[in-house]
Amino acid sequence: MRHLLSVRDLTRDDAVGILDIAEDMAAVATRAVPKLPTLRGRTVANLFFEDSTRTRLSFESAAKRLSADVITFTAKGSSVSKGEGLKDTAQTIAAMGVDAVVMRHHASGAARTLADGGWIDASVVNAGDGTHEHPTQALLDAYTMRATLHGGAARGRDLDGLRVTIVGDVLHSRVARSNAWLLATLGASVHLVAPGTLLPPGVSGWPVTTGTDLDAAIDDRPDAIMMLRIQSERMHDAFFPNEREYAREWGLTDDRFARLPADTMVMHPGPMNRGLEISSAAADSARSVVLDQVTNGVSIRMAVLYLVLSGSGGVA
Amino acid sequence: MPARPVLQQADIERAITRIAHEILESDRGDGPLVLLGIPTRGVVLAGRLGAVLERLEPGSAAVGALDVTMYRDDLARQPTRTPQPTRVPAGGIDGATVVLVDDVLFSGRTIRAALDAINDLGRPRAVRLAVLVDRGHRELPIRPDFVGKNLPSAPTERVNVHLSETDGADEVVVGDGAEVTAP
Amino acid sequence: MTALTITGATLPDGTRRDLHVDGGVFVEDATAGATRIDADGLQALPGLVDLHTHLREPGFEASETVLTGTRAAAAGGFTAVFAMANTFPVQDTAGVVEQVASLGAQHGYATVRPIGAVTIGLAGERLAEIGAMARSRAAVRVFSDDGKCVSDALLMRRALEYVATFGGVIAQHAQEPRLTEGAQMNEGELSSELGLAGWPGVAEEAIIARDVLLAEQLGARLHVCHVSTAGSVEVLRWAKGRGIDVTAEVTPHHLLLTEQLAASYDARYKVNPPLRAQEDVEAVRAALADGTIDIVATDHAPHPIESKEATWAEASFGMVGLESALSVVQAAMVDTGLLGWADVARVLSAAPAAIGRLDGYAAPFAVGSPAHLALADPAARRIFATADLHGRSVNSPYLGSELPGRIVATVHDGVPTVLDGELRPAEEVVHGQAA
Repeated sequence: MRHLLSVRDLTRDDAVGILDIAEDMAAVATRAVPKLPTLRGRTVANLFFEDSTRTRLSFESAAKRLSADVITFTAKGSSVSKGEGLKDTAQTIAAMGVDAVVMRHHASGAARTLADGGWIDASVVNAGDGTHEHPTQALLDAYTMRATLHGGAARGRDLDGLRVTIVGDVLHSRVARSNAWLLATLGASVHLVAPGTLLPPGVSGWPVTTGTDLDAAIDDRPDAIMMLRIQSERMHDAFFPNEREYAREWGLTDDRFARLPADTMVMHPGPMNRGLEISSAAADSARSVVLDQVTNGVSIRMAVLYLVLSGSGGVA
Repeated sequence: MPARPVLQQADIERAITRIAHEILESDRGDGPLVLLGIPTRGVVLAGRLGAVLERLEPGSAAVGALDVTMYRDDLARQPTRTPQPTRVPAGGIDGATVVLVDDVLFSGRTIRAALDAINDLGRPRAVRLAVLVDRGHRELPIRPDFVGKNLPSAPTERVNVHLSETDGADEVVVGDGAEVTAP
Repeated sequence: MTALTITGATLPDGTRRDLHVDGGVFVEDATAGATRIDADGLQALPGLVDLHTHLREPGFEASETVLTGTRAAAAGGFTAVFAMANTFPVQDTAGVVEQVASLGAQHGYATVRPIGAVTIGLAGERLAEIGAMARSRAAVRVFSDDGKCVSDALLMRRALEYVATFGGVIAQHAQEPRLTEGAQMNEGELSSELGLAGWPGVAEEAIIARDVLLAEQLGARLHVCHVSTAGSVEVLRWAKGRGIDVTAEVTPHHLLLTEQLAASYDARYKVNPPLRAQEDVEAVRAALADGTIDIVATDHAPHPIESKEATWAEASFGMVGLESALSVVQAAMVDTGLLGWADVARVLSAAPAAIGRLDGYAAPFAVGSPAHLALADPAARRIFATADLHGRSVNSPYLGSELPGRIVATVHDGVPTVLDGELRPAEEVVHGQAA
């Protein structure tokens, strides 16, 4: 696997394989020496044009646990704020000798533009491109669901039959897009809930069902419910009238949380707006796997870096 | 020339039983005994050894698996390899005598990787090596402590161990061509 | 000025004969010592006229100049181009339009008719000096804020009423700004998948609907730029059925390419209005064939390399199109049997000249008419490459694609600007015009 740009490039077997390798990586954390020498001598560049402390630290942690060297570029106060474009920034970093570039960028398609542009030789891992995709987020979400469901017997399994509901600003969410496609690939069924203004036009072509009624979706007893972060700024573009109405209609309030089946997983990619899309009670409950998602993120990213950086090409 | 069998099922069973006796004999009893098989067939062999040891002396040995993919020195030269699970028995390996178990010993690089992996798991009192077949041509200063059979071979020959659990039958075959790298 | 004898040319109506040029016009008989051009097997067309080109000068000479743009035009068989007003300074005064017109005349590769802005600075607030531009030496008759929409209904009404005084026409870039803020590509399933903000078809159709109704109410003339959707075609058909005086253009790329090309995020395919769906391509082709859309206009939009070698969202909108226009029209319309060569002559020469009130194209090849013509080889096939681009910019979506046909010769006012498929040198073209 030379690049990881989109979950749509992964077959079911590819995806299950990544989840299985992540299990081995998770085990490393419990050891006396929680490191592997596998990527010693390789350099990973974190190219973060958009602010994101948690994803950046997660990738840094993953690279270091595999003994790779890490160099980090963030947009604030950098050459980009002085007008340097993607091509020049990427080539400058690459000239310092990197094997992989982990990139987060505000433009959809930026990862593919970098991978196909012929400007650098390094592998490209998409850490979030505009509103398009966030593949490692979807992988860690799938891993979390699988682990919560099957525990130690998860290896080799997909998510066949799992029913997942995703709620929130689907229109602007790369997490929703990556999850919708990956969950479908893994055999899960996906239901999206949002106000009409925040469901993408043309979503009828996606492998999902959609609705605008969160209460009906909860009455349908999903196995997992994933709340997406809502940006308050959207109310200025008339996507919804105000935060109060949004929370009332599409928030996981205490009442809605109480009506969820006892073992429904509560998920959120973070950072959370407590009291807006998710109540504190829901976020801190025993059913919330939000922190597991964070932990699993490192294991998934270790698996991805291993697959992208080891090997001469092709999979044995 | 097609592959020819050099060991049959009975030979393999006898070798395993003998190795189990040798392990018990050499064990000084000053710490737990842990067998770690190297996937794939080393794990099967470790399981069989463990069963024999259990018959001879119940509770004498714990059995686990040690995947060494992440420690190999040839990762960049081959297509990406899929790691297998590592299972360390509940008592861990600190202060234990660890016996690494593998099917074929050839260059010694797999065992070198296994030693590095063990290093990151803990600090055993001692590490021993048990192999079903030693075919020579060592590239590193590694030597086995327990050997089922010494099989001198040409470097270009293939030496493959087949076990009923993974391959449907017990036998060791030698044939022409480069050795198929163990999965 | 040399005389020309063009032998064995096939005219748009299918007849084969020799053509003779002398003193800048078509003449009855051959002139002694005339330069011979063998047109056996070649399709003769009247000089092509582009009602929608961006020459970028003054202000954006890094992308294109009047010289390089008219050379690109000649290479594509064009002998006249209407230059859009979004230069810097904007073409909103007599001074600027006269400058652009005279640059075109100086270089001589093609007739340049500047288009005047509708509003000062294209800001959409106050009318530009339409009268002054019309009466200037540039004799502007087409007015457009292209690049931007005249979205304010009152302003559009005033503009339609005012230009009529000077025999002019408003060419509207139909794009409701509030529905297309930040838009990147056609709105639909693909834009949702790709995470690119959508440009819904209704943003084009709603403006056209409003403007044709205004034109009807006021008895005014209207021209619609770069029609791209099936819905727009429906509105135009309805309007023409009611006798409203509206004309419309379609670009070559909207006749051939679809939004699927955006899936690679390759910004060469980023254009405004965006590439649409297959149903839209089929609708505009049918509309061009039945006359609902009157002409083909290139919307030739040069951009420097760095503005296309970027992420999609950061890249500029636009494609160059003068050199490839006839080939693309051949591929989309002639080779598919939707248009014959006589129709091509109409949609790429006579009709745009009529809309732009440009003299000299009403009676092509007739004795006494100005000698504007192009000779094309429809049987040729080529892999379109940067060597086929003669402007200053290379942002073409056809690089690496096989296209049919090529221009073998272009003659402007009796002066060859292209011979044997090669542009004639500047000194020769200038000298030819001056003599």
